[in-house]
Amino acid sequence: MERSFIARNPSVLIFISILALFTIGVTVLSEGFGIGVISTSFVKTLGKTLCLCLIAIAMDLIWGYAGILSLGHFAFFGLGGYMVGMWLMYERTRQIVETSLAETALPPTPKEISTAIGNQIFGVVGSSEFPVIWAFADSLAIQLALVVLVPGLLALIFGWLAFRSRVTGVYLSILTQAMTLGLSLYLFQNASGLRGNNGLSGLQNLPGVEAPQSVVSVWMFWISALALGLAYLLVAWLVSGKFGSVIRGIRDSEARVRFLGYSVEHYKLAVFTLTACIAGIGGALYYPQAGIINPAEIAPIASIYLAVWVAIGGRGRLYGAVIGAAFVSLASSWLTGGQAPDINLGFYTIKWVDWWLVLLGLSFVLVTLFAPKGIGGLFDLATHNTKPEGKK
Amino acid sequence: MKLTKTVLASALVLGAAPAIAQACPIKVGVLHSLSGTMAISETTLKDTMLTLVETQNNEGGLLGCQLEAVVVDPASDWPLFAEKARELLTVQDVDVIFGSWTSVSRKSALPVLEELNGLMFYPVQYEGEESSKNVFYTGAAPNQQAIPATDYFLDELGVEKFALLGTDYVYPRTTNNILESYLQGKGIPVDDIFVNYTPFGHSDWSKIVADVVALGADGKKVGVISTINGDANIGFYKELAAAGISADDIPVVAFSVGEEELSGLDTSNLVGHLAAWNYFQSADTEANTAFISAWKAKMGEERVTNDPMEAHYIGFNMWVNAVEEANTTDVDAVRTAMYGQEFPNLTGGTAVMLPNHHLAKPVLIGEITEDGQFDIISQTDEVPGDAWTDFLPASAVLKSDWKELGCGMYNTETSTCVQIKSNY
Amino acid sequence: MLRPLTPSRCDGVNPRKPDMKTPILVILAMLSALLFATTTAAQTGPSPVQDVLQEHRALLEKSSRKTIGPAIDAIALSGLPQMQGVLEAWRAKDVWQRLDDGLFFIAKKNATGDYDLTDFDSGQVVGTAPKKQLKQLKPNSGIRAMIATALVTFQLTDPDPEKRAAALVSLTRDPEAALLPPLRASIASETDEVLLARKSRLERLMTMAYDTDEAARVAAITEMAGDLSLDFRATLNPILSTKLVAAKADEAANVNIAKTLLPGDEALPRDEAYALLVKQDLTAPLVTAADRNAALVANIKEARVGGIFVQRLNTEVARDEAYAALVATGVAPPILSITEVDAILANHQFFFAYQEPSSAVTDAARKALDASETNVAANQAIDLGLDALSLASIYFLAAIGLAITFGVMGVINMAHGEFIMMGAYTGYVIQQVIPDHTISIIVAVPVAFGVTFMAGVALERLVIRWLYHRPLETLLATFGVSIVLQQLAKNIFGTQARPLTPPGWLDGAWVINDVVSISYIRIAIFVLALLFLALFLFIMKRTRLGLETRTVTQNPRMAASMGINPDRVNMLTFGLGSGIAGIAGVAIGLFAKVTSEMGGDYIVQSFMTVVVGGVGNIWGTLAGAAMIGTFQKGVEWLNPSNTLAAQTFMIVFIIIFIQFRPRGIVALKGRAAGD
Repeated sequence: MERSFIARNPSVLIFISILALFTIGVTVLSEGFGIGVISTSFVKTLGKTLCLCLIAIAMDLIWGYAGILSLGHFAFFGLGGYMVGMWLMYERTRQIVETSLAETALPPTPKEISTAIGNQIFGVVGSSEFPVIWAFADSLAIQLALVVLVPGLLALIFGWLAFRSRVTGVYLSILTQAMTLGLSLYLFQNASGLRGNNGLSGLQNLPGVEAPQSVVSVWMFWISALALGLAYLLVAWLVSGKFGSVIRGIRDSEARVRFLGYSVEHYKLAVFTLTACIAGIGGALYYPQAGIINPAEIAPIASIYLAVWVAIGGRGRLYGAVIGAAFVSLASSWLTGGQAPDINLGFYTIKWVDWWLVLLGLSFVLVTLFAPKGIGGLFDLATHNTKPEGKK
Repeated sequence: MKLTKTVLASALVLGAAPAIAQACPIKVGVLHSLSGTMAISETTLKDTMLTLVETQNNEGGLLGCQLEAVVVDPASDWPLFAEKARELLTVQDVDVIFGSWTSVSRKSALPVLEELNGLMFYPVQYEGEESSKNVFYTGAAPNQQAIPATDYFLDELGVEKFALLGTDYVYPRTTNNILESYLQGKGIPVDDIFVNYTPFGHSDWSKIVADVVALGADGKKVGVISTINGDANIGFYKELAAAGISADDIPVVAFSVGEEELSGLDTSNLVGHLAAWNYFQSADTEANTAFISAWKAKMGEERVTNDPMEAHYIGFNMWVNAVEEANTTDVDAVRTAMYGQEFPNLTGGTAVMLPNHHLAKPVLIGEITEDGQFDIISQTDEVPGDAWTDFLPASAVLKSDWKELGCGMYNTETSTCVQIKSNY
Repeated sequence: MLRPLTPSRCDGVNPRKPDMKTPILVILAMLSALLFATTTAAQTGPSPVQDVLQEHRALLEKSSRKTIGPAIDAIALSGLPQMQGVLEAWRAKDVWQRLDDGLFFIAKKNATGDYDLTDFDSGQVVGTAPKKQLKQLKPNSGIRAMIATALVTFQLTDPDPEKRAAALVSLTRDPEAALLPPLRASIASETDEVLLARKSRLERLMTMAYDTDEAARVAAITEMAGDLSLDFRATLNPILSTKLVAAKADEAANVNIAKTLLPGDEALPRDEAYALLVKQDLTAPLVTAADRNAALVANIKEARVGGIFVQRLNTEVARDEAYAALVATGVAPPILSITEVDAILANHQFFFAYQEPSSAVTDAARKALDASETNVAANQAIDLGLDALSLASIYFLAAIGLAITFGVMGVINMAHGEFIMMGAYTGYVIQQVIPDHTISIIVAVPVAFGVTFMAGVALERLVIRWLYHRPLETLLATFGVSIVLQQLAKNIFGTQARPLTPPGWLDGAWVINDVVSISYIRIAIFVLALLFLALFLFIMKRTRLGLETRTVTQNPRMAASMGINPDRVNMLTFGLGSGIAGIAGVAIGLFAKVTSEMGGDYIVQSFMTVVVGGVGNIWGTLAGAAMIGTFQKGVEWLNPSNTLAAQTFMIVFIIIFIQFRPRGIVALKGRAAGD
């Protein structure tokens, strides 16, 4: 089965090979494990980019293949990050607190320890009580399970409500946008139990790990690459089989698929939930590299950018999503980082910081109008493949 | 130990020269958002830094080197502050960073600064409850802004009932917690403290303003303490003016409204409302006049100066003096030389850097005037900044002293150092 | 706000208490004043006003409300004819001090930038000085209020009605028992009817608070019972202010009791009751966990406390045991058991006591206030309703353009918010060109419509036309446009918020009573929303374009075959929707702010309005706006301390609402969007 699936999809093999080569290359060039040509901060950027590629694959599955334009997937991405962040923050603080309390005259009681941890974590929002949602924060295993379960469950409930009442098309898009806006507004409140606008921070320090960031960053890069590779395989396998045919059918004509006797709602719900889980994993890997997660991360604009990446990369082809996410997010960080040279026109100096977004928006309009296949479409031209997996 | 670690780290990073021998040019990192929501405030600070660096270069640079400003844009995206800070410290190899505005962006950069032993100057008034070895806080701590302003309300205006209005994020929340506790300590009952939080950019203020007016029903003098941030102030003050609330009836003191924010407003209806800062453009000193005219000459006649700009001005000059004293830009040497540094304030008097990495600065209270400026009606002596507030039970026992104790979070009750690195 | 002089208010802050603590300072000041008087006498002659001022020079220089009282008293009671003028100038921040000799003058800036100094006594300009040699006296608003109170007695009978009005204002703010007789005396000679009414009303209120005759107070209170106004309630509430007091159970309490309490009641939890006893020194404080731990630490001997090893003290139980051992040996006070605490509480009585001694007055006040409260609650509901109506009209105005493009044409325009922004910036630019606010707004409205109409037509021609059958892609492409427009606005106008100032006649609010009021600008927006509703209905029902639009909406192919050009209709409809967004932008900019990001604040709400209301029907949009506005205000009312929660709940509510009415309140007919 596996062999034939790979054989039918040479692009999968190519992608996995490139990813593997890239991983080895980055490792060799890194500061932690290699000759140090690539700085630690750039390794982190690359690792984060892989996580963005991961959620872009999820977005491509739900939009490019199933035709559901979700403008709320960053909510799931963020939730994944929060789940892992809770453990990271709790565990690091616990270690600090226990070291500090060990010096007191009386040995600390469990309650004193938990109050002290609570005070350290929630002091910034004026509280020292642990909210209920932190009940499992001391267990890495449970929090890792929650990385998948919480986004999955939210997607399941939301999707069930939405698909059940046959909300489709732009309505669904706006509803998903409302979902992520609602979640981010909720988390913005200090009373939400996740430190409000401050979010969870210091996540780059893995508790109990003495290794310097130059090493940790490469580890995280490896895990991100592994997750991306696995997710790519999983999704490519899914869309190459019957499941893939059905969801493409739903995209192209929902009514016909329903008349053929398929339970359209169940398929949609399955895709929605699965992509939410993938997004959750992406977030869980992204934020320990970013170092901080806060509600601004899941504002509606983030999810819209996700759609932009996938559209520019090329919908309906997984490598397109990866290219789009990697290309646009890297270009964006380079051009707004102040390193790109200004262009002096004599009468006016074009600063990339000011004009990058204008360029992005324009290119986005042009891609939508004239190149719906995106950058991925260029590969079709090269291989004379006129029948892409994606667009009708 | 620390030093060798740093040297090793920096040697690993780019094979850079050891920190002892001075490499030219000396690089000054500027970590302020130039795009996104915070660009409105932070771009000004970037320009301030460029002006300061230029002035210093014109005066012959530092340690025989020219200064070079390295500007990056974290784009109001909090994780990017960590990433850009790392980039500045490892790739660009800067000697010092001036940056950040919001607390969350500072907390984002903190772990990186502490890991790589960087040095950052943070210029904005903030909620306190923090003292990092690697950050100098040149803005006001709560006891240098919120507490004196509240005292002014209590003593000078006779306010008996307080409305604490804020934007829902950490600075207003923590400040209001401190103030609630402080006011209760001053004998104001809990029922006489009304607290409300609104989202960023809130524009529909009619209900909240009506609530504040209704507070006056029990015959006590009502005052508003506003920690409303940014654009939301415009709608708030417009509604206040529309409701005809004069500063004599219900005074409003704001901690986040300065000259820059007022320039987006018609202030004729707001005359008499208050703001508390460590600096106002209207301060009548020679140093300030020179500072303003240099700024206007560079940026345009309509531009105004504000408190965080002064904080950068003091911070930068203190850093320059500390570097000259230490004869190196090595972080640990400069840090040691920073303690006790003195530099004249633009408002008169002298700012002193304390061992807890905060400044001793005077507190000013100004009344808004018709031309969008502030009339300074009260100026205290220098108030030493307090990293850990005395008005919250958990923090009252803490103190910070990097010079003698080498600890930013020292429990005076148990005489132990709670932690060397910050809680982010 | 009226405040009675209850005993508790006679604290050290009272500014009128003569300053007895610093006689030496006063003498010194007088000496220095004499000295100055002699040195300057040669040129100015006798100067009684300056002498009084110099006598209190130190206080004037310090300028603090806490200490300024004696100085104000001295000036007010000096009996000199110039004193009213001195106080008025001082309050207006016109009094300056010359640095080299410390003399005070009224200073006015002259043409050369220096200051002309006017002597108080002679009223003559006695010299000029540059700003450097002068220091302005800056009375803060607390001191200004005290000066105003000192001026009241002069001003109540002042021939200038404006000054009499000012006196009444400051009397309302800071009433004092001593000012009741002069107020009563001034009523007889009052000629202005409005002022007379205000004076009589104030006299009634001050009678309630300060009259010495109990019957007169009760009569005044009963007379105004049920009154809605803020000053009436502000007079009664302090009379009814209470204090929680504890006393021994067998002692008769000689106070005016409002309510007795039992420990354990909701209003008085047991630990608070006990804390009150401790505070009143009626019992000893309890041993807290911190006390216990401190006692344990203090008694560590050879790594043990009370026979238990220190390492084992990591549970509460073990610590209690160790402490019990310490108690047994007598080195620590015992911890009281619950029954012991109960016994102590049972030995005491707890009650709220009125600070006002007369029970006849408090009873009358309670009755009068209860009547007011019912009235106030009803009016608050009305006020909330007005707020909701105003919010709904803003949402409606922001959404109406979207309803046209989304509803009628099935086109999602994510750049709608940016059209709102464009309108607002157009208003700003026009205000830069035309300084008169009224004219500039009158010009701005059509120009904003024109600019955004053209932008809308351009967008339709260049982008949307190509994507009519791909609604999801329209959404994305217009989002790209929105990014571009937003960034362009930043590049052109900067990130700083820009002022868009409403004309003077829109300042202020329509005040129905002290509870219900609404600002004129909000009323204007409401009227504007109504106008657009009418305009929209007129265009749709009564014009050729409306007819064609409705035709194209229902069946574009049929319409085309009937000779209607769908392209043209679509273009004009889109332009119309965008143009209205531009006008909405002017309106929103007037009451809130103009920034490059303001569009984003309204786009999601606008979509919600359209979706909840139902696509394709203006009445649906109206219903949606009304529902969202009311719901949001309702949540704000339930949870006044957290406006953010209101927005979160609103979104959750909308998501749930869509479950039950997926096509909105008013269901769609004709070309369906999104299918």
